[in-house]
Amino acid sequence: MANWSVINTIAKRELAAYFQSPVAYVFLVVFLLLAGFFTFSLGGFFELGEASLNAFFNWVPWLFLFLVPAVGMRLWSEERRQGTMELLLTLPVATWQAIVGKFLASWLFLAIALALTFPLVITVNWLGDPDNGVILAGYVGSFLLAGSFLSVASLTSALTRNQVIAFILALVLCLLLILVGFAPVTSLLARWAAPWVVQGVADFSVLTHFDGFQKGVLDSRDLIFFFSIMAFALFTTGVVIRSHRAG
Amino acid sequence: MIKVQNLTKSFGPKKAVDDASFEVGKGEVLGFLGPNGAGKSTTMRMITGFIPPTAGKVSVCGFDIIDNPLEAKRRIGYLPEAAPSYQEMSVIAFLNFTAEIRGLRGDGLRRGVGRAIEACSLQSVLNQSIETLSKGFRHRTCLAQSIVHDPEVLILDEPTDGLDPNQKHEIRSLIKQMGASKAIIFSTHILEEVEAACTRAIIIDRGRIVANGTPDELKARADNAGAVSMVLSGPTSETINGKICLMDTVRKSEVLESQPPHTLVRVYPDKSATDGFALAGALAELAVREGWKIEQLQTEEGKLDDVFRSITLPDTHIENKKAA
Repeated sequence: MANWSVINTIAKRELAAYFQSPVAYVFLVVFLLLAGFFTFSLGGFFELGEASLNAFFNWVPWLFLFLVPAVGMRLWSEERRQGTMELLLTLPVATWQAIVGKFLASWLFLAIALALTFPLVITVNWLGDPDNGVILAGYVGSFLLAGSFLSVASLTSALTRNQVIAFILALVLCLLLILVGFAPVTSLLARWAAPWVVQGVADFSVLTHFDGFQKGVLDSRDLIFFFSIMAFALFTTGVVIRSHRAG
Repeated sequence: MIKVQNLTKSFGPKKAVDDASFEVGKGEVLGFLGPNGAGKSTTMRMITGFIPPTAGKVSVCGFDIIDNPLEAKRRIGYLPEAAPSYQEMSVIAFLNFTAEIRGLRGDGLRRGVGRAIEACSLQSVLNQSIETLSKGFRHRTCLAQSIVHDPEVLILDEPTDGLDPNQKHEIRSLIKQMGASKAIIFSTHILEEVEAACTRAIIIDRGRIVANGTPDELKARADNAGAVSMVLSGPTSETINGKICLMDTVRKSEVLESQPPHTLVRVYPDKSATDGFALAGALAELAVREGWKIEQLQTEEGKLDDVFRSITLPDTHIENKKAA
């Protein structure tokens, strides 16, 4: 119980820190503007003639590719730069509690950003008669995708005190997670590799696992995939932080 | 309450702290002295559990900092070297945050935070964000953070760094006052601080503890501790010096200034003498016997500065020469 109250305290502070800086509001505005632009303009929401949010969800991985590292880049690099890491980790807090607390705060922030796209849901419901279960599954998938990218950003931000480097590293790693399952890449791969290799590689892609959610299917394998990425990246964050302290 | 045994920390081939052992009990204020880079901060970081030692043990109130870190950390208040804090937070939010992490709630939290605010005189800036504060206030905010839970053990890394003389004085008296009921370690470059606030001092040089004792004991190690200086008028300084050197309790005598008819001499007692008073008496008798006029007579107590320099300097010189 005491474990969670410490995590809760850390998460509360972290979330408040987002909203104390203008960056949070800038982020939310940019996210919502881009979401609207991608959905209606590039995604061809109206041209599709479907009562669904596929036009939005198709773009979510690409949108998150840039925006999630931007949210996560300061998680640990800022603590290191300001020296508050020494303060935080000499309080009666286990390192994993600090990692989880900070991660949950950022994840919640991304959940708020996702929730603010609710006008899309209203629009599509007003125009037609969509399957809201599928839409909900899409949101669940987007949330898990955000968490996975965020855990990667948490890892890269623990590696450096420079936020820009943390951002770029996270972006590259997340791009890799997308590309291995991106259709143009897999078709290129399929020209000279055996199908089982292509499939094996694509299984590591977030796109492959995000696909199911978009279709309204909650597959336990997809859930396990996303949670494994988060668990692995957060665990590695802990290893990195410990090795820094060991000097 | 703090027990440090054979503590060692290596960064690569360099030993930042080398086999340090000491204890600090309740009611003790231990001053941590040493040149920059001597290993003071590293030692404190190991005691507070921020960095793991390469070898050795630290226990705080009976809890090992490696085996039982949370229990040990609960009993420690720590002010890190640069007094870091979350810049965007207000002072009160920051203090509430640290108090909450330390498990304080409701009334206990308000009391603890209130006490810390008062002790560090932060009333006027409570709702200001920390980044807008002056260095002194920022420092005191971080110090307040370390005492919200009224810890049994306080580790303060340069608590008076960057403060003006009045603030320094306040912090020093605060440390002294808290020292009665806690075990405190604080590091400083300012030697008068050690005399003002410490019950004991450790001098650390290149990772090794080179002196450990009360400020008075350390001062007694100074070359001029127990020496008597006096201004005499009468015969030439050579005569005076000659006569004084004949005394059997005198190790050495030197003429510091000679402006006839006045002579300033400093007389060092034999190693067997424990204080300068006996020597002063003997010198006074000699002066009366010889018919010298004593203008001024003073026993010197050693200065920590001198001790500090004599302990930490010579080897540095040697090393510099080697490097050159």
